[in-house]
Amino acid sequence: MATPGNLKVMNRADLTRRLVAKLRDQAVVAGIGNANFDLYAAGHRAQNFYMLGSMGLACPIALGVALAQPERGVIALEGDGSLLMSLGCLATVATVAPRNLTIIVWDNGIYQITGKQPTATSHATDIVAVARGAGIPNSEWVRDEAHFEQLISRGFEQGGPTLLAAKLDDKPGDIQPPRDPALVRNRFMKGLGNKMAGVLDR
Amino acid sequence: MPWSETFLAALKDNDIRLVSYVPDNVLTPLIKGVTADNYFLPVNATREDEAIGTVVGAFMGGMRGIVMMQTSGFALIANALASLVVPYQIPAIMVVSERGTIGEFNIGQVLVARTMRPVLDALAVQHHTLTEESTLRFVVDRSIKQAMLTQSPVVFILSPLLTGGNPAGPK
Repeated sequence: MATPGNLKVMNRADLTRRLVAKLRDQAVVAGIGNANFDLYAAGHRAQNFYMLGSMGLACPIALGVALAQPERGVIALEGDGSLLMSLGCLATVATVAPRNLTIIVWDNGIYQITGKQPTATSHATDIVAVARGAGIPNSEWVRDEAHFEQLISRGFEQGGPTLLAAKLDDKPGDIQPPRDPALVRNRFMKGLGNKMAGVLDR
Repeated sequence: MPWSETFLAALKDNDIRLVSYVPDNVLTPLIKGVTADNYFLPVNATREDEAIGTVVGAFMGGMRGIVMMQTSGFALIANALASLVVPYQIPAIMVVSERGTIGEFNIGQVLVARTMRPVLDALAVQHHTLTEESTLRFVVDRSIKQAMLTQSPVVFILSPLLTGGNPAGPK
């Protein structure tokens, strides 16, 4: 059985590129810091939402998108530090149980962007065990890149909620998305087919 | 009509379906009304900032929502307002049951309540204190419309003058 101690340590940028290559119209909500830097670096998509603050809210935001658009697969990309700040949202996700929501936890065991201070997952906390305990039985560790490819090939529209967690190295992202939140919000809404957005682009 | 029914009617008038809330005594008639009516989609959040995130996501996906909380819960959402709702120009609709005034028995509630309006004013977030049922529907209806048309959040504060205050308070 996969445990945090016997997993391959992978690279976030590489896994993010593998994820984006599989996506069609799925929405991706990327938490603050390197989760959204690497999503942007993998190639901007109209269905990407990049956070610039509100640490810990990637999963709640993704939950809202999933409820509003139950036919669309929705993915939250969240770091271990951010998720540790908002573990309660796992219980909410388990209770609401949207079948179209996937949470991917990038677990590098550090608060990378603030100076690589260790998080609790580098000591005692097992994010997958926490998620299962919160009531998300479809929670598992990613063993290696091939396993990740296999897991994300199942599709994102149903079978959830699902949580996948990957142990990562400490390489930071290379580039950052534009810090223009109103533009990011508008383009994301347009990417989701929300008629309130994009009226000036006709 | 009881204030809670008037309030929920104004939400329906404006297509507000998602209700993300953290329970509170004063909010009980609102939460009961929401959970008893299939029109609404209730989500019991564990924290108020989580509730904000869910309503923000739903709005972007095309479903309007409201966050329900009490004053102490409001104190948990300053960062979600300042780094998500306000800069991304999200018309988040919020309702706060006002503790800490007119018969409060818990000094902690009194102190935390004093932080609410200064935080809202610092961020220039529109807020209305609702004190009577007769004007409630007009204020709530028009303010939600204003929020949506101006991509701006709005907060409705439920005064004890409207709600009778916390039933656990002094008689």
